[in-house]
Amino acid sequence: MEATLHRTPLYARHVGLGARIVPFAGFAMPVQYEGVIPEHRAVRSDCGVFDVSHMGELHVDGPTTQGFLQAMLSNDVDRVGDGEAQYTLLTNEHGGIVDDLIVYRLAHGQFVLVVNASNREVVYGWLKDREPRGTEVRDASDAYGLLAVQGPRSLERLGLFEAPAFTHAMGELDGIEVMICRTGYTGEKGVELCCAADDAPGLWDAVVARGAVPCGLGARDTLRLEVCYPLHGNDIGPDRDAISAGLGWACALETEFTGVEVLRRVRTDGPARKLVPFVMEERAVPRQGMPIAGGGEVTSGTHSPMLDRGIGMGYVPTTTASPDSELVIDVRGKPKRARVVRKPIYRKET
Amino acid sequence: MPAAESYPDELKYHPEHDWARIDGGDATLGVTWFAQDALGELVHYEAPAVGSTVTKDESYGEVESVKAVSDIVAPLSGEVLELNQKAVDEPETVNDDPYGDGWLIRIRMSDPGEVDLLMDAAAYRAHVADQ
Repeated sequence: MEATLHRTPLYARHVGLGARIVPFAGFAMPVQYEGVIPEHRAVRSDCGVFDVSHMGELHVDGPTTQGFLQAMLSNDVDRVGDGEAQYTLLTNEHGGIVDDLIVYRLAHGQFVLVVNASNREVVYGWLKDREPRGTEVRDASDAYGLLAVQGPRSLERLGLFEAPAFTHAMGELDGIEVMICRTGYTGEKGVELCCAADDAPGLWDAVVARGAVPCGLGARDTLRLEVCYPLHGNDIGPDRDAISAGLGWACALETEFTGVEVLRRVRTDGPARKLVPFVMEERAVPRQGMPIAGGGEVTSGTHSPMLDRGIGMGYVPTTTASPDSELVIDVRGKPKRARVVRKPIYRKET
Repeated sequence: MPAAESYPDELKYHPEHDWARIDGGDATLGVTWFAQDALGELVHYEAPAVGSTVTKDESYGEVESVKAVSDIVAPLSGEVLELNQKAVDEPETVNDDPYGDGWLIRIRMSDPGEVDLLMDAAAYRAHVADQ
């Protein structure tokens, strides 16, 4: 099975560090090195580095690209200037989410979409099928390495200045040319560094030498869930509309895009179910797929290293979706109490 | 600090990676170093109730890490006399000291003859080497 998995340019680094390797979205990826909990804590307290080279990078270029992306993506791409980026959704006719992604504008008519590894081919095919004259969609994923360097000391360790979130610029780190993106998936300060695939091992070594702790997909999941960032395939997907998922803020409903009329209707009528974050009141770890009493199910669940409690997100009827509502989750046949909380589940004490 | 790999000679072992320390008609049960290492740092131990019965080769509880949950299989049958509250409150104790402070339950054996069906340390080490 392993033989058929793709490897990122950093595979040998992961093996050399003794990582536990698992299949993820068709790639052999490190789930942990030292352990999920110490890696999680490193990102919350200092600085961690993740290999996210498995993610897809699609170039979308041409004189008609701006209008094309505006019609395909939920957010208002006209508000993205050169050197800026935006979280947005690729939606289907039902207002469902084909993928959630970040669009980077390099220059007029030149965009890069960074998409989930598991959806790379679907997104590429979706856009290619609809590509108008004057736009070219190109899958350049194999050309790049991508590292996420995250944590309160990440900029200091990389010798970078502060910059606004969702901006990007070309730069250099220890002699390696990188695109420095002020984005991430942990809720911490940090950057994502995109480089040529061949440069990725050198960039990884430089970042680790500067004190970033190697972190695997396990910590990536616990970190994102503590701050309630949805994971496509768990919390959002083609059968879940963006409004019920709480992603109305990423939908410019005054613009025209695929499925917008459905989303306008859900916004007006109010969703029947909503995606809510919750914290366990009893010792138990919620997991994806567990039923919630009264209708609903857990879409993501884990143990929060910072709260030392079970946490999760799930869809529940609107009547039990407000903060402080009590939920009862079926944990392998045992009812366990949980409480709906406000986002994010974990907030740094300031 | 996770413990170093070891399989003490004085214990008996079940192939599902559980150990038993025999003390007259009673036995203390836990999971082996191999089991805790495979799971990673434990965050939850769902323990059986004192007074309930456990049956050899059947699950009597669960241990969970951040990523995974695993049934704990009873190496022997009997009645639960005591459970390790420290392992409930601080499940990482099982990683730190799987054969000492990280024990899980103590039982009164209902069929002490079952002890003879378990592996000794040498046989269990060979079993682990095959995994």
